Amino acid sequence: MKLKLNIWRQGYGATDGSFETYEVDASSDMSFLEMLDVLNDRLESEGKEPVAFDHDCREGICGTCGFVVDGMAHGPEMETTICQTHMRKYKDGDEITLEPWRAAAFPVLKDLVVDRSAFDRIIQSGGYISVRTGSAPEAHAVGVNKADADAAFDAATCIGCGACVAACPNASAMLFTSAKVSHLGLVPQGQVERFERSANMVDQMDAEGFGGCTNHGECEAVCPKGISVNFIARMNRDLLVAKLKGL
Amino acid sequence: MILKGNCPDGPIETAWDRHRFNMKVVNPANKRKYRIIIVGSGLAGASAAASMAEMGYDVDCFCYQDSARRAHSIAAQGGINAAKNYQNDGDSVYRLFYDTVKGGDFRSREPNVYRLAQVSVNIIDQAVAQGVPFAREYGGLLANRSFGGAQVSRTFYARGQTGQQLLIGAYQALQRQVHAKKVTMHTRTEMQDLIVIDGVARGIVTRDLVTGELKSHLGDAVVLATGGYGNVYFLSTNAMGCNVTAAIKAHKRGAFFANPCYTQIHPTCIPVSGHYQSKLTLMSESLRNDGRVWVPKNTEDCEKDPNSIPEEDRDYYLETKYPAFGNLVPRDVAARNAKLVCDEGRGVGHLVGGERRAVYLDFRDAISRLGADGVKSRYGNLFHMYEKITGEDPYSTPMRIYPAVHYTMGGLWVDYNLMSNLPGLHVIGEANFSDHGANRLGASALMQGLADGYFVLPYTIGNFIWTHKPEPVPENHPAVKAAMDGAAARIDRIMNVKGGKPVDHFHRELGLIMWNHCGIARTKEGLEEALTLIPQLRERFWNEVSVPGSATGMNPSLEKAGRVADFLEFAEMFALDALNRDESAGGHFRLEHQSEGGEAKRDDENFQHVSAWEYKGEDVPPEMHKESLAFNYVKPSQRSYK
Repeated sequence: MKLKLNIWRQGYGATDGSFETYEVDASSDMSFLEMLDVLNDRLESEGKEPVAFDHDCREGICGTCGFVVDGMAHGPEMETTICQTHMRKYKDGDEITLEPWRAAAFPVLKDLVVDRSAFDRIIQSGGYISVRTGSAPEAHAVGVNKADADAAFDAATCIGCGACVAACPNASAMLFTSAKVSHLGLVPQGQVERFERSANMVDQMDAEGFGGCTNHGECEAVCPKGISVNFIARMNRDLLVAKLKGL
Repeated sequence: MILKGNCPDGPIETAWDRHRFNMKVVNPANKRKYRIIIVGSGLAGASAAASMAEMGYDVDCFCYQDSARRAHSIAAQGGINAAKNYQNDGDSVYRLFYDTVKGGDFRSREPNVYRLAQVSVNIIDQAVAQGVPFAREYGGLLANRSFGGAQVSRTFYARGQTGQQLLIGAYQALQRQVHAKKVTMHTRTEMQDLIVIDGVARGIVTRDLVTGELKSHLGDAVVLATGGYGNVYFLSTNAMGCNVTAAIKAHKRGAFFANPCYTQIHPTCIPVSGHYQSKLTLMSESLRNDGRVWVPKNTEDCEKDPNSIPEEDRDYYLETKYPAFGNLVPRDVAARNAKLVCDEGRGVGHLVGGERRAVYLDFRDAISRLGADGVKSRYGNLFHMYEKITGEDPYSTPMRIYPAVHYTMGGLWVDYNLMSNLPGLHVIGEANFSDHGANRLGASALMQGLADGYFVLPYTIGNFIWTHKPEPVPENHPAVKAAMDGAAARIDRIMNVKGGKPVDHFHRELGLIMWNHCGIARTKEGLEEALTLIPQLRERFWNEVSVPGSATGMNPSLEKAGRVADFLEFAEMFALDALNRDESAGGHFRLEHQSEGGEAKRDDENFQHVSAWEYKGEDVPPEMHKESLAFNYVKPSQRSYK
């Protein structure tokens, strides 16, 4: 199939960029990123700079890839990263527009690549259980109710890709932050630091320049792991307790 | 030179305890005076960085990814082994040790493996305390399953995302230390060279992948946790960025590379669908617990809808050939048998390059036994992933699978302390060679990465520091300048080829050479041909590659070209090692050496040793050194899974 691609090109160090148009010949068994590989191979052999985009595992689990395709973070397929989207979703003659995540807290580094280090700093502010190596009790010392374990797991499936931020009209990182707060807050091991954790992580989120949540739900809609906005409500409850405790 | 593994003598059961006692300990107040450089932030790197920072060392940790959380450990699906014996099925440290030595086809070091089995139980405790959401039973206790090659249920898992959950646990511990200012994290930073001063590893040269800046970093010990080299095949289950660069640079500075030919071909991956394939996706072999592997008995059935093929026309070849283990035979056995049936023309699926290279993995019987929901609860995300990639529903149509390169057991040579022959240079996780022998058992990679990082290296590195007492090195030391200049010159050279072929062109071609001649089955002739083809390809690379843009700023083509250039050097040593090892062992299968049943036939008299290769200069063959292996506990036997 022949496709027309409108791709955001922004040079390293530039504060702005523009769309450039490319034609590419793809087959339906290719993944979306393999289609971009074909384009980049051609650009390289012509001595032109290929389109920079982040990607690594290409299995939808590392969270490295991600850009906006025709207005949708990670493209048209639900609960699927762009690396796991295949070209059988498209047909001959389609025109596709690619642009980077757009958020003040995710500055563009080049083309479709953004700086997501703000997410690491949110985790640094409290997204962990403080347990030194070697000081752990026997694993079966504490049982975990299966329902809690499963709910914690649902939150823990977050891959930190940033699609939730890109899709949110406020560029909020509430889904990302609440997924971590909920994962750790739902297991008994995470109770000691539970409320302090939620307060610290939300403070850091604000400091990074992410917006607040106004219940649009766009984040859940684009999340490749289908993480529920219910975790945001859950975090807000923890946050309320934290504030009442003066944390 | 005869290499010594420096393993403690005496009973293996107490070897590690005695060794820990005999090692020197750095005083807590002194630890902060020492800086440890760790390259890589996967399970091994992140756990080591976090643990050593907690102990008081200053740590600098580097990764090429944009966040430490993205290292390729994250993609491990199936699980992690530990000798907890929670299932009361007779597991023990000794049994895990025994299984690992046997599974490794008697090419690993016994005391290392015993230690690995011993600390496996601590890993589970640690991960649970970190909040890693392992699968649990209704009573709230941890669930286990049996996993490829094991007859006990000792594998802990988190749906099909065990690697992700364990890595996030280690990543969070690491970020906690970043917050405490004990770790400085350098993301989007790639190692370009190792700095060796007076024979001791003292630092690294890095390139900032955003700005392009080259920088030197000096410390008191260097740790490589840089993963495996499976991407030498271009198509593998590794992430696109996985590379051999750090290891080969260390090798060129004097570190020995051990057993490069030991590669694991994973039996259950999604088959290649076309020429533009960029990577292969693993389907966890936990699927083999409930899925049944088969191909049609008759070649004329290969194009038919599998559901229309009656039971009597299906060949469940693993169950027939290996009644005791059935579909759970070790990875190398399963992979080789898939190749065999496809070589016979009984492969199924897409026609690629005139061949059908896939076998069925069928859940029909599991679904009738457990119900679709039961199967979904065990493998839901794997089925989902399969459907995304192939567009087929595995609940109603059998999966198609084929082997793909997955893990590399070879790596930089290390002693019992996980230190290479270069003092100060430590190597952990997949990047070293020590624990898996010629074949790794399923669910043992996560175990080894975390064992090295949480529970072995943090002790042994103290011994190194106490005994060597490294003195500060001036930034302007000539060795630092030489390494910096060398890295800059190499980047210059790549940028100035200005040929007309994309980087991937050469990587794909190298991959084909390796897959055809150094893949599932190897021969003397094939390996000799590889040794002719690789230098030719390398020469073409240096004359024809096109790397547009500039060395300043972000340049993904340049990153890729540097890695491919290193693979092109490494591949030759790989083929040489495979040629030199004139026996079959585990994942290294030489067609000339097989039993009547088609099993790998070892030659213990001549090859019960580690082959450690020393760099001798450009265009000069490396020199081999041997470390002989002793088996005092598990008596070498011909593996048989009949």
